[in-house]
Amino acid sequence: MKKSVVFGALTVAGLAAGAAAAGTLDDVKARGKLNCGVTTGLVGFAAPDANGEWMGFDVGVCRAVAAAVLGDPKAVEFVPTTGKTRFTALASGEIDMLARNTTWTFSRDVDLKFTFVGVNYYDGQGFMVPKELGVSSAKELDGATVCIQTGTTTELNLADFFRSNNISYEPVPIETNAEAQQQYLAGACDVYTTDASGLAATRATFEDPSAHVLLPEIISKEPLGPLVRHGDDAWGDVVRWSLNALITAEELGVTSANIGEMAAGTNNPEINRLLGTEGNLGEMLGLSADWGKNAVMAGGNYGELFEGNIGESTPIGLARGLNAQWTDGGLIYSPPFR
Amino acid sequence: MTTLTDPPKASFRLSMLIYDTRYRSLTIQAVAMIGFMLLAAWLINNTMTNLETLGKTPQFGFLLEPAGYDINQRLLDYNSQDTHMRASLLGLLNTLLVAVMGCITATVIGVLVGVLRLSKNWIVAKIMTVYVEMFRNVPVLLWIVLAMAILIESLPAPRAFRGENPEATMNLFDTVAVTNRGIYVPEPLFSNSLGNIHLLGQSSLRFDVSVDLIAILIVFGLSIFGITKVNARAKRIQEATGDRPNTLWTNLGLFFVPTGILLAALGFHLGYPELKGFNFKGGTHMRNSLIALWLALSLYTAAFIAEIVRGGILAVSHGQTEAANALGMRPGRTMRLVILPQALRVIIPPMISNYLNLTKNSSLAIAVGYMDITGTLGGITMNQTGRELETVLMLMLCYLTISLSISMVMNWYNNRVKLVER
Repeated sequence: MKKSVVFGALTVAGLAAGAAAAGTLDDVKARGKLNCGVTTGLVGFAAPDANGEWMGFDVGVCRAVAAAVLGDPKAVEFVPTTGKTRFTALASGEIDMLARNTTWTFSRDVDLKFTFVGVNYYDGQGFMVPKELGVSSAKELDGATVCIQTGTTTELNLADFFRSNNISYEPVPIETNAEAQQQYLAGACDVYTTDASGLAATRATFEDPSAHVLLPEIISKEPLGPLVRHGDDAWGDVVRWSLNALITAEELGVTSANIGEMAAGTNNPEINRLLGTEGNLGEMLGLSADWGKNAVMAGGNYGELFEGNIGESTPIGLARGLNAQWTDGGLIYSPPFR
Repeated sequence: MTTLTDPPKASFRLSMLIYDTRYRSLTIQAVAMIGFMLLAAWLINNTMTNLETLGKTPQFGFLLEPAGYDINQRLLDYNSQDTHMRASLLGLLNTLLVAVMGCITATVIGVLVGVLRLSKNWIVAKIMTVYVEMFRNVPVLLWIVLAMAILIESLPAPRAFRGENPEATMNLFDTVAVTNRGIYVPEPLFSNSLGNIHLLGQSSLRFDVSVDLIAILIVFGLSIFGITKVNARAKRIQEATGDRPNTLWTNLGLFFVPTGILLAALGFHLGYPELKGFNFKGGTHMRNSLIALWLALSLYTAAFIAEIVRGGILAVSHGQTEAANALGMRPGRTMRLVILPQALRVIIPPMISNYLNLTKNSSLAIAVGYMDITGTLGGITMNQTGRELETVLMLMLCYLTISLSISMVMNWYNNRVKLVER
């Protein structure tokens, strides 16, 4: 008797899991909460502040999606993931989307069966060394001990870089950014390598950031962006266009400050379509008409998120560079809202 | 009138399967068995179907693709262009290395502590109690992380060795460098080396065997064989005449001279570590991760072994000690010749499970970045290829094989030392 109850429960759980995989959008709506995978803590991109509130550039994307779907930017459950656990977490349905400085690569897209919905930060792998080592180029690092987060593309780039330059190194594999920081500061490794943005963010938390330099070599292309599971295109579209809404908002000059008056209606039809006063884009996505407005209001447009979390006025101090709007000579470009 | 009737024919009817107690238990077992197999088949089928809909049918082809990542501690030659299979093999060897080192150290420390905890010396006994209680009541992961943190934070970085008046200097007559990247010790080198034999060509499982090492082992083995012969002869003479010829010098000579001559012929010398560039070069590098993992696992498991040893000793009746004392044996010899051999019978079975625990706990290596098989096959390979099911199944198979082998060896040993009763 008891056994049949257990099996019945198992079957129901199995069916529920199957149903969950089918429609993530409905699932998120039913749950009233978005499960978003982020890093275990990288200041500027995703890290809890003093009050335990998650803050950062990637966190901003999660909040924008939550605002677009549920109308509430706070309705997010942040799930910290390491480089190793992130894909399993996404593939198993533990999280609905992953916004964790994840590089868009062929094999992750095709073989691991994920859909990258866009790029929110164009990055490249760099090296950080203490100034006192007197190293000015990564090619002088022959024989150095290199701290590296394991299970990342940086691990493969590093091996390729040293092999193609015919120099040797000693890898010290590390699970999280915090451990890497500890080992690097104690001198257990000479070099710390990861995405240049991550290095800048890590350096900003040091007691004396000026004692460390980023080497000029950028050894890889690392387009970082949010991703979802293959096979649920409706949900993929929601995340893709939420990100595009942030980018388009910046392009069209819609900010969290002026969005209130713009939502009343403007004479620019694209702004009207974005903010839901014209057309039925929200309906097409299966969302409310003001989804775009909610997404931008969650934390500001793309530019505001950038400046507020990792821009030049913050301790991390990253320049827009490649991440400027296409109109300013950068690569950030959203397809039209039409 | 005869009342003889034919004995009832042992005819079998189907209903007997339920109503006859002789068959009922068989019926129940058969039904349970079929049910269990159906359940297992359903689970497996369900998994396979679900994996297929996800487009993730189990395939092991990824093992032959280039791994693309580097491994710092390599017991065999390896570079990032080798296959995932070879990377896994290197990981497996690293697991075995730390497991073997850990088991040996844990046994030595454990036996010592277990015996000392029974010491009549109050301070010694109490110190050992504190050690045992401290180590076995804190999770081993914390000990591993603590050991790593101490090594990293308290030891000098290699750059502290540089300059005219360095902050740190090498130990033991400039032969050993203790840094926060690990300990560099001198390595044995041969100037007239006989080279290596390459086995298995270019396959993923290829390995080299040092001819020098084989030669040394053969010569040393012959020496030991010679020593047993000399001892046997001495025993024969002793039994025949009552006088045992002095074999000390012959044995010492046999032990050292042939191997020494061979080492000299091979041009044996030590390669010392030297600070070059960013790091020490030369010598054997024992990485922090290995030391931390090895220390923590040994000390943790030793605490359990100490308790087993203490229990084993206490299980030997006190009468044995008194009898040995009555014969005039000193306490040390009583322990060695009377108590421990009897205690071993109680000690060995639980020891097996402790060795197994140590081996399995070595998978916590990832916490300190030690590249064991969980770090290579179950870590980077799994991550880069996305083949979770396949890699985890292979990992389970590896640990199962290691554990069963340890069990087998220990059970064989247990059978050898156990009390033979009539």
